[in-house]
Amino acid sequence: MIHSLFLINSSGDIFLEKHWKSVVSRSVCDYFFEAQERATEAENVPPVIPTPHHYLLSVYRHKIFFVAVIQTEVPPLFVIEFLHRVVDTFQDYFGVCSEPVIKDNVVVVYEVLEEMLDNGFPLATESNILKELIKPPTILRTVVNTITGSTNVGDQLPTGQLSVVPWRRTGVKYTNNEAYFDVIEEIDAIIDKSGSTITAEIQGVIDACVKLTGMPDLTLSFMNPRLLDDVSFHPCVRFKRWESERILSFIPPDGNFRLLSYHVSAQNLVAIPVYVKHNISFRDSSSLGRFEITVGPKQTMGKTIEGVTVTSQMPRGVLNMSLTPSQGTHTFDPVTKMLSWDVGKINPQKPPNLKGTMSLQAGASKPDENPTINLQFKIQQLAISGLKVNRLDMYGEKYKPFKGIKYMTKAGKFQVRT
Amino acid sequence: MSSNSFSYNEQSGGGEATELGQEATSTISPSGAFGLFSSDLKKNEDLKQMLESNKDSAKLDAMKRIVGMIAKGKNASELFPAVVKNVASKNIEIKKLVYVYLVRYAEEQQDLALLSISTFQRALKDPNQLIRASALRVLSSIRVPIIVPIMMLAIKEASADLSPYVRKNAAHAIQKLYSLDPEQKEMLIEVIEKLLKDKSTLVAGSVVMAFEEVCPDRIDLIHKNYRKLCNLLVDVEEWGQVVIIHMLTRYARTQFVSPWKEGDELEDNEKNFYESDDDQKEKTDKRKKPYTMDSDHRLLIRNTKPLLQSRNAAVVMAVAQLYWHISPKSEAGIISKSLVRLLRSNREVQYIVLQNIATMSIQRKGMFEPYLKSFYVRSTDPTMIKTLKLEILTNLANEANISTLLREFQTYVKSQDKQFAAATIQTIGRCATNILEVTDTCLNGLVCLLSNRDEIVVAESVVVIKKLLQMQPVQHGEIIKHMAKLLDSITVPVARASILWLIGENCERVPKIAPDVLRKMAKSFTSEDDLVKLQILNLGAKLYLTNSKQTKLLTQYILNLGKYDQNYDIRDRTRFIRQLIVPNEKSGALSKYAKKIFLAQKPAPLLESPFKDRDHFQLGTLSHTLNIKATGYLELSNWPEVAPDPSVRNVEVIELAKEWTPAGKAKQENSAKKFYSESEEEGDSSDSSSDSESESGSESGEQGKSGEEGDSNEDSSEDSSSEQDSESGRESGLENKRTAKRNSKAKGKSDSEDGEKENEKSKTSDSSNAESSSIEDSSSDSESESESESESESRKVTQEKEKKTKQGRTPLTKDVSLLDLDDCQYSCICTNKNSRAASSNEWKRTSCPLFLSKTALHFW
Repeated sequence: MIHSLFLINSSGDIFLEKHWKSVVSRSVCDYFFEAQERATEAENVPPVIPTPHHYLLSVYRHKIFFVAVIQTEVPPLFVIEFLHRVVDTFQDYFGVCSEPVIKDNVVVVYEVLEEMLDNGFPLATESNILKELIKPPTILRTVVNTITGSTNVGDQLPTGQLSVVPWRRTGVKYTNNEAYFDVIEEIDAIIDKSGSTITAEIQGVIDACVKLTGMPDLTLSFMNPRLLDDVSFHPCVRFKRWESERILSFIPPDGNFRLLSYHVSAQNLVAIPVYVKHNISFRDSSSLGRFEITVGPKQTMGKTIEGVTVTSQMPRGVLNMSLTPSQGTHTFDPVTKMLSWDVGKINPQKPPNLKGTMSLQAGASKPDENPTINLQFKIQQLAISGLKVNRLDMYGEKYKPFKGIKYMTKAGKFQVRT
Repeated sequence: MSSNSFSYNEQSGGGEATELGQEATSTISPSGAFGLFSSDLKKNEDLKQMLESNKDSAKLDAMKRIVGMIAKGKNASELFPAVVKNVASKNIEIKKLVYVYLVRYAEEQQDLALLSISTFQRALKDPNQLIRASALRVLSSIRVPIIVPIMMLAIKEASADLSPYVRKNAAHAIQKLYSLDPEQKEMLIEVIEKLLKDKSTLVAGSVVMAFEEVCPDRIDLIHKNYRKLCNLLVDVEEWGQVVIIHMLTRYARTQFVSPWKEGDELEDNEKNFYESDDDQKEKTDKRKKPYTMDSDHRLLIRNTKPLLQSRNAAVVMAVAQLYWHISPKSEAGIISKSLVRLLRSNREVQYIVLQNIATMSIQRKGMFEPYLKSFYVRSTDPTMIKTLKLEILTNLANEANISTLLREFQTYVKSQDKQFAAATIQTIGRCATNILEVTDTCLNGLVCLLSNRDEIVVAESVVVIKKLLQMQPVQHGEIIKHMAKLLDSITVPVARASILWLIGENCERVPKIAPDVLRKMAKSFTSEDDLVKLQILNLGAKLYLTNSKQTKLLTQYILNLGKYDQNYDIRDRTRFIRQLIVPNEKSGALSKYAKKIFLAQKPAPLLESPFKDRDHFQLGTLSHTLNIKATGYLELSNWPEVAPDPSVRNVEVIELAKEWTPAGKAKQENSAKKFYSESEEEGDSSDSSSDSESESGSESGEQGKSGEEGDSNEDSSEDSSSEQDSESGRESGLENKRTAKRNSKAKGKSDSEDGEKENEKSKTSDSSNAESSSIEDSSSDSESESESESESESRKVTQEKEKKTKQGRTPLTKDVSLLDLDDCQYSCICTNKNSRAASSNEWKRTSCPLFLSKTALHFW
């Protein structure tokens, strides 16, 4: 399956390579560089590139290309999904996944990769098992290791690989037993010129942070499970139980994990919590354009909207913008033509507003299209779909855990066409 | 990271030049560099010394630096002797790093690598399964041909190991050995055959992978394991699931008959014509019942369904392609929702999924129509995603939604991403040809775009308008005139060529403009693009034929220019046209027909989806993505006309099958083959004719499911009792029987009811068919009547027992989700008699009452 893996940074240097079968020469990446050049933008590089003897499947994340070399037919999603898993694992291990961090931890990276694949076929991809095999580096451990000469490699052999709950390591112990669940919903929407919704959907996830001793068996039930239209589960969730009773029953992995992601059925109308009023106009004759945006709350169920940022890719003809915001700060990058306005909290009494003029290239014709406005925002303590967790129960262990649940609504891909 | 790496980094910073020097000597790095050779040697000396020191910390430090070198693609092979000595180190991390090194360089230093073999051989006998496994892993990763016999032996031993983890590694080793020495194929197939029988979920994925790599054509090895694999599937790790599902898709296409209704009648007719000497009965059956789904076929479709909920995109895609390729068309609809869900994922996942949706949406629009809005383009999507979404939107366009779509397209045309805008224009063109109601609207819209400022947009519109006009016999003189004016401003060659061609084609409709255009073009001929030159020549030729009075000289002038053009295509064309149209003494018979040749009615181009021809590749494969057959692509075979003998999938049932075989056989001598699967599958009590039976097979699938879902109460009570079963089963056989009986009592009644219901059902459905089946039906009816409750119960018990004997592939595993865990544990424990058994037993003991209490909790 996967022959080799090359990590390539944005300037085109191969800074890590790993082979699982016989060595494939680096020169194979030349085909990749060619494609990269043709694509001009990093995210337009095709994920699958055929070369005379190999196929290059790549994933672009954190400004790094993860290029897998394969030789024979294999489902492309298999490789791509695996590469994403690799990135997730690095992130899990090192906090961030960036070139300097990978270079600094090259040995750990190598050891992890060695465990993740055997002969190109995934072996251990669960972070709980991997962490048992190879301990993630922490400052404390680094210090201890230097003093005592012990190592990052777990001295105990991993038991998780053998157990029937491969996602959970054995012998977990905590003094404070806690289980936190975050219900996070993202609104994907396209709003048209006149402010009416073209498409809107809610995508939600439940991220959990479970720190419980032993082998707890949890059940999580919802007040209104009917809302969930399409769900995908962490492998720990018992599917039959969900099918029959709409209850999530699972033995959780240790630590952070994504329990569930869901889609709220399209029948329910999505409440759009913000409105954007805009007036962007270019005139043919003059080299000045008018620009005005107002963001305000709508259907927020009494919650405040925070962390609002507005970004917009201005047309190429715009040279500069002189704007005054009623609150927050704004920047305009004359090179990339990217306008971003960090609004912050929205005060319903005084909706924030950004107003001013754009100076256009003299003599150039006016741009055909007004820019699209991308919106980011957060609403704490609210799941916009109305999903509510009913209760969380634990079986199998004696102690009483601390349980917490948090709701949040965010903008996903939220676009306003102007 | 430890401080070691810090020091390493500092050093590597200082010793940059030395490392570059190594690069120059290495064979791997193509980028040559220069450096000081002497210091290079010195540095490696230093590493060697560290490796030979007594202190583990120094060794570790050295190994880390070496691994760093390997990671950067630098050659560290000369350290081989020093490194290999440490293979037996007590320190686990050193050992691991040495393994990394060995696997990387053993191929290059075969003789020295042999030194390490004995260490692994010793480790293969270690009492700890994890050590055995990792020894096998490294041993098999060392690509040294001399040790092939040793590897073979090790694999054979490991495949019989008590630990499923070691067996999993053995399965991996098979592929490695095969790529090292394909001669071993026969022996390896034996091992694969053995491992395929393995009941552990750990092994299943890996061995199927080995099977796919070594002997994908030996489909016969799968028969006996088919049902087991189907039943284990949910519990296999996600990567294994992908491989198994792909393999089973291929398997199903060779073993079952097509469930697709459309082709059915045709196929049947053919059959009746050709196979005259075949069994008469079978033929009559066939004619009466066009299609009945094999229960094994149904089993696969049913057992993969939950996996659509997987978090792993590859698994979801694998299930989707399975449904697409082997399920009845009416059932494939359920995959669309899950596929649309994947569109929320990363860019790369979106790309692959959209490609597959594009192919699907050509054939079955209806599947994705409800999700039309999910394919709307956002300005932040990468271009390749945008174009794929457009493609899908085009495929989904119909009379009902076209007006919404066109409005949406209007936004896209204005996009700043001009490549995308151009693609949108093409899309509009395609919609216009596909949906006749909007052709004029689209055409008008496109003409408006001709006044767009952006050249790419205008050019693309011209090309599309050209195609549209060609399709329409209606006169569009105005548009052509408008486009002729554009020639002055447009510079994109394709667009200019299109306009010229269009004028040439319609030169009789625009008699005034055409010669003028030719005049202008004659002036600029030399500076035009080759593409445009060819069209100027064409235009000249056409005008010469229709309007030679005005254009004779012009054309000759152009032909003269073309004669001396740099491009040989243009010279050739010039020569050809001259001979054809200009009458002279040598001109052949053809010149008479010149007008007919040039001004013939040209067939309109078909604006087709680029995904049209992709459907012959299996969805979700690399070949499909690339639209080229990739190395090692396994063709998905067509459905067989007659299903191969389904009894090959039967696994010998040890004692009790006999008990009720005769009963079944007496009634249905013509279809003994299907009857086992029934007995195993559902414990179904309807033994009727071959057709009604297999029908009930598929029905029972459904029924079983609805039973599970609807009747949660009973289901979970079953849970608990079977939970006990599996536990007590380990303790004694006697106990086993008793609990089985208890279990069956709970279930038996409802089941026998089910059975009757089913008979009724099959009767009603069959009544429309010919008499023979109804006779059979009545016989089955009488049977079910004659069966007293107790009898059916006893049969239930026997079936229950059968199930027990075949742990792991019984449907129970599926029905009872809570049991899943324990069930696998079971196989784990009975095979693995080392210390771990105790601890896992303990876990079970705690968990069993837990499940009970939980289920109890939900009832009260």
